[in-house]
Amino acid sequence: MATINKTDAVAGILFVLVGVIFGVLALGMELGTSLRMGPGYFPLVLAGLLIGLGAMIVAGSFKSVAEEMTAHAWRGMLFILPAPVFFGLTVRGLGFVPSIFVTTLIAALASLKMKLLPALLLSAGVTVFCTLVFSVALGLPFRRFGPWLPF
Amino acid sequence: MDLMSNLGLGFATAASPENLLFCLIGVILGTLVGVLPGIGATATIAMLLPITFQLEPVSSLIMLAGIYYGAQYGGSTTAILINMPGESSSAVTAIDGYQMARQGKAGTALAVAALGSFFAGTVATLLVAIFAPPLTIIALKFGAAEYFSLMLLGLVSAIALAHGSIVKALAMVVLGLLLGMVGTDIYTGTPRFTFGITAYADGLNFVALAVGVFGIAEILKNLEGDQDRTVLTTRLGSLWPSRADLRRMVFPMLRGTALGSALGILPGGGAILASFASYTVEKRLSKHPEEFGHGAIEGVAGPESANNAGAQTSFIPLLTLGIPANPVMALMVGAMIIQGVVPGPNVAAEQPALFWGIIASMWIGNLMLIVLNLPLIGLWVKLLKVPYHILFPVIMAFCSIGVYSVNSNVYDLYAVAGFGLMGYVLMKLRCEPAPLLLGFVLGPMLEENLRRAMILGRGDPTTFLTRPISATLLVMTLIVLVVVLLPQVRRKRAQVFTESD
Repeated sequence: MATINKTDAVAGILFVLVGVIFGVLALGMELGTSLRMGPGYFPLVLAGLLIGLGAMIVAGSFKSVAEEMTAHAWRGMLFILPAPVFFGLTVRGLGFVPSIFVTTLIAALASLKMKLLPALLLSAGVTVFCTLVFSVALGLPFRRFGPWLPF
Repeated sequence: MDLMSNLGLGFATAASPENLLFCLIGVILGTLVGVLPGIGATATIAMLLPITFQLEPVSSLIMLAGIYYGAQYGGSTTAILINMPGESSSAVTAIDGYQMARQGKAGTALAVAALGSFFAGTVATLLVAIFAPPLTIIALKFGAAEYFSLMLLGLVSAIALAHGSIVKALAMVVLGLLLGMVGTDIYTGTPRFTFGITAYADGLNFVALAVGVFGIAEILKNLEGDQDRTVLTTRLGSLWPSRADLRRMVFPMLRGTALGSALGILPGGGAILASFASYTVEKRLSKHPEEFGHGAIEGVAGPESANNAGAQTSFIPLLTLGIPANPVMALMVGAMIIQGVVPGPNVAAEQPALFWGIIASMWIGNLMLIVLNLPLIGLWVKLLKVPYHILFPVIMAFCSIGVYSVNSNVYDLYAVAGFGLMGYVLMKLRCEPAPLLLGFVLGPMLEENLRRAMILGRGDPTTFLTRPISATLLVMTLIVLVVVLLPQVRRKRAQVFTESD
């Protein structure tokens, strides 16, 4: 009994799934003819190709050697990914200065090595630096403090 | 002679005080990110792209190019000092460079790398200047069918040079192409794959994709272990190579430059392949192959020259055809479009100052690097001691600001989180992100040219085969595909890439 390479199997299945999603959506659009291709034509071809390649990867995973997966960065994902989302949600309302401060703080908490006080100091430093560089020196059109704040 | 007057114009443009300053900023920033692990040239250029709106087109492109080759230098510094290549193209340098450092010859290794790179950079810049203009003349004859076939060749070559499984790399290209389809269809105005979000009607933001897949995914990967690096504490030793060392490095340098210049033109990260190829060649030609892996000076000089030459010549397809050879070049296309310059064969004719200015600035940038880097090595070593947990929150702040300032679109920030997750998952599944990004950039161009070619050819698909240039390109595509799928080559490829890990 050959071992199954889980990395390859998962990757292949993922590609097939994404291909199916794009394929179904493309079928909902006008396909046109090969002379005058509609908006769905080329994406449908690509989706079919992706499904085929995904299937090939799955098929190949039965023959190859299993590999060890490295640890997952759960804590990293928990704090790193929300950071830009938070910035997006608050940059208009809170304004640039408070928003970038909290964004940096959230990201800083992703590492266990970071204690709260150094994290606060680092975020303050980044906030001052970014405000000076992006808002003052480069003149990017950011509101420094937004309408959600009382002052 | 034309070449001389053109280069004269280029140097006049690049040597203006303003452009010199931006070139300097570029190479310093580039070296900085090359030295700092966990953030590469691709992510940096993506972040800084919005800032360059304010600048003149020439200045902004000169600065971005400076970041690119500065990062190559910085990457070799860390490869030698801590056995950790800051950029993938300097992975080979780490093999013998780090061994030299352990023998107390770190200074010599760094100097050899710098001299080799400078020599290769000079030669390759000249090659770009000589070959770019005739190629633009050929490129002006290109129609939709030729462009389609050429891009197909580019995408397939990108796969040949990617790490790991070929089928996975192909799938990544197709996924990139599909992501490139998101947005409004140019012919009919139908919104495609936007899930009703009008903010994505103009397509997914390229900067968000690049920052997510390269920057954020890389940070997540580095957080898996959450440990600090050990920096070499031994003395650097003398910087200047001895006469005997110099004699040993001359030929590897020449061969590396030739290999790198040729492979750099190929789409898909030629610089990386060039350094591997150069290492293999030197090892085979050497009278003392047993020294390789134990601090052979040839193993530093050859690959370093090769990757720098490759980095320069990869500008040729960009400047002549407007087709990016690697993710960094793809970002340069983005930068040009933002500045209102349409990349392609017309740039040389319509904006000679821009075209030749960039070429001349490459040489100036390389000169700056050698002047700067050798005395500043002490400073770079100190920087290596900055712990990662201080570094990545700063990177995250810059990423967020950078992505937002492109269009002031908050949806781009949500997209960046999504792409970060996607990039991380794909990285865990051992799928290389570079082909995806290339597919994303070329996707819309590929579709547009396919549709136009079919209309011009009255719906007859043989139009791609009856036009001679297009047919040649398609045959080349097929050859590349067959060659990489051959069992012997597959095995050899696997070998080359595992040596680097």
